[in-house]
Amino acid sequence: MKNSKKITYSIILAVIILAFLFFLETNKANYGMAYTVLMKGAILAVVAVSMNLVTGFTGLFSLGQAGFMAIGAYITAIFLIPTDTIQDVYYISGVSPAIMNFKNLLDSTPGWLQVINPYIALMTGGLAAALFAALIGIPVLRLKSDYLAIATLGFSEIMRAIISSPQLDTITNGSYGLKKIHGFSSIIQTFTIAAVCITFMVLLIRSTYGRAFKAIREDDTAAEAMGINLFKHKQLSFVVGSFFSGVSGGMLAMFMRSIDSKTFSVSLTYDILLIVVIGGIGSVTGSVISALLVTVSKEWWLRFFDNPLYIGSFQVPFFRTGFRMVVFSIILLAVVLFYQRGLMGKSEFSWEKIGKSVSGLKGFILKKTSKGGSNHVK
Amino acid sequence: MTLSTFFQHILTGISLGGAYALIAIGYTMVYGILRLINFAHGDIFMMAGYFMIFSMASLPWQIAIPMVCILTIILGVVIERVAYKPLRTAPRMSIMISAIAVSYLLQNLATYLFTALPRAYPEIPFLKKIFQFGTVSASLVTFITPVLTILLVIALMFLINHTKIGIAIRGVSKDFETAQLMGIRINKVISVTFVIGSFLAAIGSILYFTDRMSVTPFSGTLPGLKCFVAAVLGGIGSIPGAVVGGFVIGISETLLVALGYSTFSDAFTFALLIVILLFRPTGLFGEKNIDKV
Repeated sequence: MKNSKKITYSIILAVIILAFLFFLETNKANYGMAYTVLMKGAILAVVAVSMNLVTGFTGLFSLGQAGFMAIGAYITAIFLIPTDTIQDVYYISGVSPAIMNFKNLLDSTPGWLQVINPYIALMTGGLAAALFAALIGIPVLRLKSDYLAIATLGFSEIMRAIISSPQLDTITNGSYGLKKIHGFSSIIQTFTIAAVCITFMVLLIRSTYGRAFKAIREDDTAAEAMGINLFKHKQLSFVVGSFFSGVSGGMLAMFMRSIDSKTFSVSLTYDILLIVVIGGIGSVTGSVISALLVTVSKEWWLRFFDNPLYIGSFQVPFFRTGFRMVVFSIILLAVVLFYQRGLMGKSEFSWEKIGKSVSGLKGFILKKTSKGGSNHVK
Repeated sequence: MTLSTFFQHILTGISLGGAYALIAIGYTMVYGILRLINFAHGDIFMMAGYFMIFSMASLPWQIAIPMVCILTIILGVVIERVAYKPLRTAPRMSIMISAIAVSYLLQNLATYLFTALPRAYPEIPFLKKIFQFGTVSASLVTFITPVLTILLVIALMFLINHTKIGIAIRGVSKDFETAQLMGIRINKVISVTFVIGSFLAAIGSILYFTDRMSVTPFSGTLPGLKCFVAAVLGGIGSIPGAVVGGFVIGISETLLVALGYSTFSDAFTFALLIVILLFRPTGLFGEKNIDKV
C-alpha cells in the first residue's frame, strides 16, 4: 500500500475519532456512561502502554505502576486543588505551610502560566515518578530481572503506606485523601494528552533505543555482546515507563477528582497487567485497544455480574458483588495459559493488514457471486 | 524503653519471625526449583486463614488443624498443576504472570466468597493462655511459634539431606535438565515442593493469625512480600537462610513498631531489600550462581 494512501486513511480515522469525541462532548448528558468509561480507558491506555514498554519491549517485569501512579496523582492533585477550597480539603489536620506557600506562588504567576498549569502538574508528577524509578533502578537493574518485580511491588506497597501515614497528614491528608481536584475540561483534552504520551512512547520504541530494548528482551547476553549497554538501556526504559505511569496517575487524579491511598493498591497494578496481557505483550496498539475494551466491559457492559440477575423467577447463581472481578481474574489466567499472544501478539495495527483482509474478503465474495452467477446462467 | 519491655518486644518479634520463616521457606524452595517468585504464596497463606475460620466453626481444633493443613496442601498442589505446570517450557515472564493471575484470582475469590470485611479468627483456647516470667508476659503461642519453627526446619533439613526425595529436590534445584536426564521425575519433585511449602504456610498462618485475630482477602499480600524479602536476605534457595531472614525481619519490624515507627516498619523491609541487592545480592547464605552462555 502506498504511503500517501496510508496517511489519508489515518487522517480519516483520526477525524472520525475526533468527531465522535466531539459528539460525546456535546451530548455529555445523554451518554454519561460512555463518556466516563472512555475517559478512564484512555488514561489506562497510557499506563498500559508504559507497562508494555518496560515489560513487553524490554523484558523487565515491573510491578510498580500503582506506586508511580500514586506519586503522579498526589503531585498533580496538590497542583490542581483550587487555593480557595484547599482549607476544606485538609479540614482535619490543616495544610502544611509549604503547600500553602507553593499554592500562593502558583496563583501569583501570570495568566498564561495558569492556563498550562495542568500540563505542568502532569509533567512534574511524571518527573517525580521517574526520579523514584531511577533510584530503584540503580541497585536493582544490574541484577537478574526477577528482583525488579519484587522490588517494584514492594515499592508500590510502601509508597501507599507512606502516603497514608499520619506523619504526612498535612501534605497527603493521610487516609482521608485529596478531594476537589480540578478535572479535565473536556474528553478531547484527555484523549489528546493520552495520544501525545503514547506517540512519544511509540517513537521511542521505533528509535535505535527501541531496537536495543527489543534485543535485550530477546537475549540480554547476546545484546551485550553486540555492544549494547545493558544497564543504561534497561534504566532508560524503566525510567521512561515510570514517567508515563506517573503522568497517567496524574490524569487519573484529574479524572476521579478525589483520590486516596486505597486507589493505588496492588490490585491497580494487576488490573493494568490484565490489560497488557489481553492486548498482547509487546504490542502498543494491542494495549490501547485492550485498555478501552477492558475498561468498557469492566465498568459498564459486565457490571450486571455484580448484581443478582433474574430470568423470570429464576435467579442466576453466582451473580453478586465481586463476581465480576472473579471473572476477570479467570480471564487473565486463561489468556496466560491458553492464548498467550492476547489480542495482537507482538504485531501492531497496520493498514496493510486491514487492506489485505478487505481484499481477501472482496475476493471471497466475488468468487462466491461469480459461482452463483454461472449457476444462474445454466 | 525498660529492659523488660525490650524483652517483651523481642519475644513478640521472635514469634512473628517464626511465622515469617515458615512462609519464607515456601518461597525459597519454589524459587530454588522453578526459578519462580510464587506471588500466590502469600494468598495461599491468606486462604489457610479462611480455611481455619470455617473448620473451627464446626470442628474441635484437634481435627481442624490437620484439616486446614490438608486443604492448604491441596490448594497449593492444584495451583501448581493448573497454573504452573502447563508453562514449564514457556518464557519465564509467562509463568510469573500466571503466578500473579493466581494471586489476583485468590484475592478476588476471597472477596467474592467471604466479603472484604475482616473476619474474626477463631481462638484456640490453650494457645492464648498467658504465661508470666517475672515482668515479661506472653501467650503460649508466642513461645510455641519459634520452637515449632525450629523443629519443623530440623525435620525439613533431615528430609532434604537424608532422604531419596530430598536428594531429588536438591538435584532438581541444581540443574533442572540434567536431573531429568538422570531419571528424576520432575513433576513429582515439584509437587512435593509445593506440598512442603503449603504445609508450612498453613502452620505459619495458624501461628500468625492467632496473634492478629482477623483475616481479610488482602492480609496475605504484605506478609508475602516481606517473606520473599526474608528469603532474599537469607540467600534465595537456602532453607536455613530463609529462617534467619524471617527472624531478622520479624524482630526488626516489631522493634520499629515498638519505637513508634509503625508506618515505616514496612518501608524498612523494602529498604533492607534494596541494601541487600546493592551489597550482597546472593544474600547471607546464598551461593553465587554463574550463568553460562
